Amino acid sequence: MTREVVDNDKRRFLTQTATVVGAVGAGLASIPFIQSMKPSAKAEALGAPVEVDISKLEPGQLVRVLWRGKPVWVLKRPEETLATLPKLTGQLLDPKSEQSVQPDSSRNPHRSIRPEVFVALGVCTHLGCSPLYRPEVAPADLGSDWLGGFFCPCHGSRFDLAGRVYKGVPAPSNLEIPPYYYMSDTRIAIGSGEAG
Amino acid sequence: MALNDKTKALVAWLDERLPVTQFWESQLTKYYVPKNFNFLYFFGSLALLMLVNQILTGIFLAMHYKPDALLAFDSVEYIMRDVQWGWLLRYMHSVGASLFFIVIYLHMFRGIFYGSFKKPRELLWLFGMVIFLLLMAEAFMGYLLPWGQMSYWGAQVIISLFGAIPLVGEDLATWIRGDFVIADATLNRFFALHVIAVPLAILMLVVLHLAALRTVGSGNPDGIEINKNKGEDGIPLDGIPFHPYYTVKDLVAVGVFLIVFAFMIFYHPEGGGYFLEAPNFEPANSLKTPEHIQPVWYFTPFYSILRAIPSKLGGVIAMGLAIVLLFFLPWLDRCPVRSVRYRGMAFKLGLLAFIVSFIGLGILGGQPVTPGNTFWARVFSLGYFGFLVLMPYYSQREVTRPLPERLTHAIIPLKEREGWFWRTVAWLCYAFLGSAFYRVARMKLEELLRWSLDQLMVLAGRLWAEVNARAAHSPSAQALMARIRQVTEWLKNMQGKKE
Repeated sequence: MTREVVDNDKRRFLTQTATVVGAVGAGLASIPFIQSMKPSAKAEALGAPVEVDISKLEPGQLVRVLWRGKPVWVLKRPEETLATLPKLTGQLLDPKSEQSVQPDSSRNPHRSIRPEVFVALGVCTHLGCSPLYRPEVAPADLGSDWLGGFFCPCHGSRFDLAGRVYKGVPAPSNLEIPPYYYMSDTRIAIGSGEAG
Repeated sequence: MALNDKTKALVAWLDERLPVTQFWESQLTKYYVPKNFNFLYFFGSLALLMLVNQILTGIFLAMHYKPDALLAFDSVEYIMRDVQWGWLLRYMHSVGASLFFIVIYLHMFRGIFYGSFKKPRELLWLFGMVIFLLLMAEAFMGYLLPWGQMSYWGAQVIISLFGAIPLVGEDLATWIRGDFVIADATLNRFFALHVIAVPLAILMLVVLHLAALRTVGSGNPDGIEINKNKGEDGIPLDGIPFHPYYTVKDLVAVGVFLIVFAFMIFYHPEGGGYFLEAPNFEPANSLKTPEHIQPVWYFTPFYSILRAIPSKLGGVIAMGLAIVLLFFLPWLDRCPVRSVRYRGMAFKLGLLAFIVSFIGLGILGGQPVTPGNTFWARVFSLGYFGFLVLMPYYSQREVTRPLPERLTHAIIPLKEREGWFWRTVAWLCYAFLGSAFYRVARMKLEELLRWSLDQLMVLAGRLWAEVNARAAHSPSAQALMARIRQVTEWLKNMQGKKE
C-alpha cells in the first residue's frame, strides 16, 4: 500500500476545470432556448410585397395597408401641400433625410418616387406608435403654425407631410420609407424596390 | 384526552421526519416583533394576500382564456359573459392587480419612511426591489393578454423601449416580440411568462424576502433595534410573538382591505377607467393607435419621466434610472438614524418633494402631451431624482434628534408632537372639536347611525320571518331540516356511547 498524498493543487485545478467546462456546456445548451424565441421561419416569410391600387385615391386621402404586420400609408398629396414642404426646413431635425431610412429613389425633398404619391411606414421612429394623419392647417391642439402633417399621440412627436420629423420632439429620425415601385401607372408594390 | 394525545403523537411523528414544530415556532410563535407597529406595517401581509388572490384567480382564468391573437379578445368576453362567475374571477384579477400595486407602493413608502432598508436590512430591501421589478413585468405582460387596443399599443411602446439601446436594441426588441411587430408569437410567449415563469420567480423571491426578514428582524416606527434590550429569558423586552399578536391584528387589516376590494370589484370594476382603460374594450388593431394612449396608472410615474426627456435614448435611460436608483437606497442614504421621527429637516423636505413628485408624475402620465404638462413633468422629474441623487450629500449633514432607548408610540399622539407645524395642527383640531358645527354634526351623525341600525334590525327581522315562512312551504327546505336533525341526533348518540 502506498501512502496517500492529497495533492490539493491538483484537486483545485480539476474542480475549476470541471466547473468551467460545465458552465460552457450550460451556456451552449441555452442557445436553442434563446434562439427559439426569435421570429419563426413562418414570421420571416411574411415579408412578401403588398400591392396597392392608387387609381381611386383622392387628393388628400390616405389609405393604410398592412405590410409585415406594420401599417404602411399611401397618401396622395395635393399641389398646395407640396408647396408648403420647403417652408418648413428651418423647423425640421433632418430636412434632407441624411440620418433617416429610405430607399434611394425616395431620397429627395418630397421623399417619394412621384411627388404627389407619398408612401411611408406609419410607425413612429420613437417608440412604434402609429401617428395620426392631421392634414388640417392650424388646429387648436397643434398650434397656429401647423401646416398639416402627422402627430404621434403617444409622446407628441410631429412630422410634416413628407414624414420629416420636427426639432424638439422625442422621435430621433424621419418616418421610414419602405422599398416600393410602380408596377403600372395606377398600381404600386410595397416591400420590394423593383419588379423581380 | 385521547384526541390530544393522538395529535401529539402525530406531531412527534412528523417532527422526526420534518421540522414542523421548529418551523412554526421560528416563523410565527417565537418570532419576536416590535410591539409598536402602526397601520403602515399592514401592507406586507396585504401584499401576500394579493399575491395569493392573483395566483388563485389567475389559475381559474387560464382555464378559459386562449392565448391566440385571433381568439384572445373573444375568449376574455366569453369569460365575462358566458363562463359562470367568470366576470367575478376576472374583476378579482384585474382590480386585484391595481390594489396589489397600491399595497406595494405603500409597503415601499413605509420602508423609506421608517428607514427599513438600512443596515442590516439591505438585502431585504434588494429582494423587495427585485419583487417589485418582477411585478411590473408580470403586470405589463398580463395587460397584453386581453388583446385590446391599449394592450397592443402599450406593449408596442414598452417593447420599443429596448430598441433605443445602441447596437443590439432592434434585435433585442425583435427577440422579445418573436416577430417584427407585436403579433401572435408575442401574445403566446407573454402568456407563458405571465402564468409560469414570472409567478414562479416572484414566489421564490418572496421566500427569500421572508427568510431575510426573519434573519434581521422587523424594523419599527422608532427605527431602533429591539434585540438590544433583552429580558433574562433572552426575549426582547419590546418584542411580542408574531403569532398570535400580529396575525390577529393583520386579520383586522385584511377585513378592512377586503371591504375596499369588494367595493371596487362590485361597484367600480374598471376603476373609473384607471384599472381597465376604455380603448381596451376594442380589439387590437395594428393599423391605428388610439388617440390617447397611456399605461395603466401604476406605470404612469415612470412613463411621465420617459416623456419628459426630449431624446429617445435619454428618456429610456432616465426611466430605467428612476427604478435602478431605488435599488441603491441603502447606500445613498448615509444617515445612521433610520426613522423619519428622529431625522433632520433636509430629509423630511426631500421626502415630501419625492412623494409630491411621484404623485405629480403619476397624474401627468395619464394626461396628453402639452407644453405645460411637459414642463411640470420635468419639474417633478427633478424632484424625484433630486431626492435620490442628492441624498448622499444632505443625509451626511443632517441634524438628527436623539434616539429613544426603548420603543415609543405606534403613532405619536398630537399632544406630544413638537414644532410649529404640529402645534398649528393641534390648535386647529381643538378649535374644530370645540366648535358648534362639530357638536351639531356629531349629533346628526349619531342620529343617523341609530336610525340605520334600527332599519337594519327591522330588515333582519323581516328576512328571518320570510325565510321561516318559505321553509314551511318548501319540501326541500323541510327535508334539509329533517336531515340536520337526524345528523345532530346521530352525533348525540355517538357522544353518549363514548361517555
